[in-house]
Amino acid sequence: MTNDAFISIRNVNKYFGSFQAIDNVSMNIGQGEFFSLLGASGCGKTTLLRMLAGFESTSDGEILIDGQPSADVPPHHRPVNMVFQSYAIFPHLNVADNIAYGLRKQRLSKEKKKEMVDEMLDLIKLPGYGQRKANELSGGQRQRIALARALILRPKVLLLDEPLGALDKQLREQMQLELRALQRQVGITFVFVTHDQEEALTLSDRIAVMSGGKVLQVDTPEGLYEAPKTREVASFIGNMNFFEGTVRRNGSNEAAIETQGLGNIPIDLEKVTKPDGAPVQVALRPEKFELLEEEPKDGHFVTAKMDKTAYMGDRSHYYVTLDGKPEPVAVSSTNLFVARDDDRWAKGDEVWLRWLPEAVVVLDSD
Amino acid sequence: MSDRGTYIKRPNRPLQFYAILFLIVLYVPVLFIPLFSFNSSIYVRFPLEGMTLQWYQELWERDSMWAALYNSIKVGIVVAIISTILGVVAARAITRYRLPGRSALVTFIMMPLVIPGIIFGVALLVLMSQLGVPLSLYTVGLGHLIVCMPFAVATLLPRFEGFDPSMEEASADLGENGWWTFWRVTFPIVFPGVVASLLLTFTISFDEFIMAFFLTGTDPTLPIYIWGQLRFPREFPAVLALSSLILFVSFILVFVAQRIGRMGLED
Repeated sequence: MTNDAFISIRNVNKYFGSFQAIDNVSMNIGQGEFFSLLGASGCGKTTLLRMLAGFESTSDGEILIDGQPSADVPPHHRPVNMVFQSYAIFPHLNVADNIAYGLRKQRLSKEKKKEMVDEMLDLIKLPGYGQRKANELSGGQRQRIALARALILRPKVLLLDEPLGALDKQLREQMQLELRALQRQVGITFVFVTHDQEEALTLSDRIAVMSGGKVLQVDTPEGLYEAPKTREVASFIGNMNFFEGTVRRNGSNEAAIETQGLGNIPIDLEKVTKPDGAPVQVALRPEKFELLEEEPKDGHFVTAKMDKTAYMGDRSHYYVTLDGKPEPVAVSSTNLFVARDDDRWAKGDEVWLRWLPEAVVVLDSD
Repeated sequence: MSDRGTYIKRPNRPLQFYAILFLIVLYVPVLFIPLFSFNSSIYVRFPLEGMTLQWYQELWERDSMWAALYNSIKVGIVVAIISTILGVVAARAITRYRLPGRSALVTFIMMPLVIPGIIFGVALLVLMSQLGVPLSLYTVGLGHLIVCMPFAVATLLPRFEGFDPSMEEASADLGENGWWTFWRVTFPIVFPGVVASLLLTFTISFDEFIMAFFLTGTDPTLPIYIWGQLRFPREFPAVLALSSLILFVSFILVFVAQRIGRMGLED
């Protein structure tokens, strides 16, 4: 628990009847951070976001925003604004009136209001769109208007509920870059809900992976990908191969894990907390393997049999079988510097896999 | 035929013929009323004698008719406003809140559509006399409210159903309380439905006969006045003239209500 936490969620639970939507969640979100809540639908991420906005109450636990307990603060008095999944652009107002909607209470002059709206339209790269009607806008434009409408109030936190989910792939990728640039520009804390792991990895400073109302791991994108703590997190983000193993401690300064399939893997002592002989699970991503046609001269390697191949354009996926491991192992390799060769490997070919021991992840048992 | 697509899209001649026949049977009898209202004979029969505006002029000069018209308009406006306000409240509650027995509630609100008016009329008459409430335009208005409520709810419900609840949440999120959210977001979005409901309920109240027949005191509404005039053969052409006017105005109001009610729902 750091002291500079801007949003502090403490032991929060939420029940809908007998269903527990949020299960004892605690985390801190820092000032100016781009923070994502990532999980499959129904994992509680949207409920948590709606609690920050004030649309749902907490069953117990508390949420502090900028040091203030928020339990008794209704949505219209919270220093947070939200971009809704459906954008919720008011259909009876034009773009300028939509953006200026929240300014009523500030009693600004017409000129000042127009100046602020124009500034926002420039920020979202839609200058001159003020007089357009809401139903003349495309999905991407609506999304930007919804952003501008929230940002014009200079909230302390901006909440985004899958704002890119309704856009097609190309537009989504473009909006991801713009959203990230915008967040750096305005410096506001963003809390972003998504089920798209790639999107979360691209955009976030930190990500909370959620499942079944629980937070499984909070980490940087790199931390989550390279060092997932549990099997659930490891399999949720990207693809992962899992190997059963046993801890082998060799005196006080050396440790290894004896695995089914990969043989003995030397491991840093601090990565292993378990005693000698304890069962442990290790994981290695498909792209951490090097696929070779001939036996390598050095490094850690095993021999394998090619099972299936799948051509994906810029890369190919392979499934190989190892001695002592029942499930096939996924290997991903880029097609860089490889001329087109449709049948580089056929089923049953003998191949070699080489890997770095440092890339091996030792998982906590779930 | 093969290039015209499937039978689903192909025009169906017998069906078109039936549709035209249906409209003729429905509306030709009604068209006799304006037709005979311009006939110079006091008897409703063919052949027509001559074209005249005499009956309309006679109507114009009749004070009792004006009084009845005024009563009907008064009741109609009040009933339209009250039933529309109640309709807005009911439609919003039905679509927004997790109500237990939601569908039963909707059924109860819609019930007066299928319960014969005579039953409601008698029931209200018995109730009023038991309570010692004298029959007046107020009791007529009460009866009309029962008749109009289902129409108000039926007109407003689709507006509220087609309304994304996150609109109201967005307004709250942008700093507006419940009161301002209603006036700045909810009301403007459902406004066409409100206008449609006002026009429709006014028309229904204006034309309503059975409830008014049981519940009218000394001041008749227009349909009751017309009913009273039917006893006098000499008055009949004037009644036809009046009916023609009512028909015309009702048609326009309902047509406008339908158009406004659907405004903005298509896109």
